[in-house]
Amino acid sequence: MRARPALIAALLLSACATQVDTRRSGLEFMSPSTHALQRDDTQNPAMLWVQDGAALWSRAAGTTGQSCADCHGDAGMSMRGVAVRYPSFDAALGRPVGLGERIAQCRVRQRAPAPAPESQERLALEAFVAMQSRGLPIAPDDDARLAPFRERGRRLYEQHIGQLDLSCAQCHEALAGGRLGGSIIPQGHPTGYPIYRLEWQALGSLQRRLRNCMSGVRAEPYAYGSIELIELELHLMQRSRGMPLETPAVRP
Amino acid sequence: MARALITMPTTARRGEVIEIRTLINHPMETGYRRDSDGTLQPRDILRRFSCRYDGEIVFSAELHAAIAANPYIGFFTVAVASGVLSFSWEGDNGFAQTESRTITVT
Repeated sequence: MRARPALIAALLLSACATQVDTRRSGLEFMSPSTHALQRDDTQNPAMLWVQDGAALWSRAAGTTGQSCADCHGDAGMSMRGVAVRYPSFDAALGRPVGLGERIAQCRVRQRAPAPAPESQERLALEAFVAMQSRGLPIAPDDDARLAPFRERGRRLYEQHIGQLDLSCAQCHEALAGGRLGGSIIPQGHPTGYPIYRLEWQALGSLQRRLRNCMSGVRAEPYAYGSIELIELELHLMQRSRGMPLETPAVRP
Repeated sequence: MARALITMPTTARRGEVIEIRTLINHPMETGYRRDSDGTLQPRDILRRFSCRYDGEIVFSAELHAAIAANPYIGFFTVAVASGVLSFSWEGDNGFAQTESRTITVT
């Protein structure tokens, strides 16, 4: 009997949550044909990178001759649930790092060359690792040390930038669902990165997408790996908490 | 060597219609685009795809400039006998790649 009020409260909460959750993944704004491309792994071109990542995972690298699999074993077990909590705090650096940067760090630790941002190797490994969390809800790290970075990310998201003097929020909150030229403006949830973007005809990271948007509003994009982009990532993942990860997603 | 993904059944009954799906990594540069300096990017596309079933062509296609990068080609064939299916892509700049898969027909 004692459990009942708690149960009712939980039911009420979940009912409220489903009522007020108006968040939509970019997937829901896409045309049926792009949808089909993402849904079917045999058609999804991002799987070419995932296949590469799987091969890299078990290939020895660096002077220590270690492969990812030597330490981490089966990625399906060890990497499940990893991508949904990144960026996470790196105590040694005293700042948050993204998944791609973490992979690069690991390579350096094994005395292998660090894969550059947006390089084939880094995207392939990132896509392979992130795909292990496909379907899991996004669960940002609650580490208190991340809070100030996340807060700065929120401010960056609301800050007007560029010659067009637009903030992320103006389009992706207020005008989401509307159109920019012929394209639908999505709500900006990073649910499927790295994504295969039809416009790029290639796989790309969230940072590449953010930089695209910045040059779109005629602002100077932040450099790859800069703290501002990581802060934005932190805020975006927080906004998307609980939404299922779709990696590797296809976007127009 | 470009990366390719081929999805098809490894076993089939004799006479069964099987679906084969192929995906290959290729830029499919049209030859009509210019880079930021205004120089025309030379054309680099796949020209021909063919699938041979124990040496006999069962499917082939000609590809042209308006096809997107990383082309996906799906088709059907009839499983007639156990054997090897070989897939080859040919294109500009001497691009040639062949992949093969075996099928057991019962």
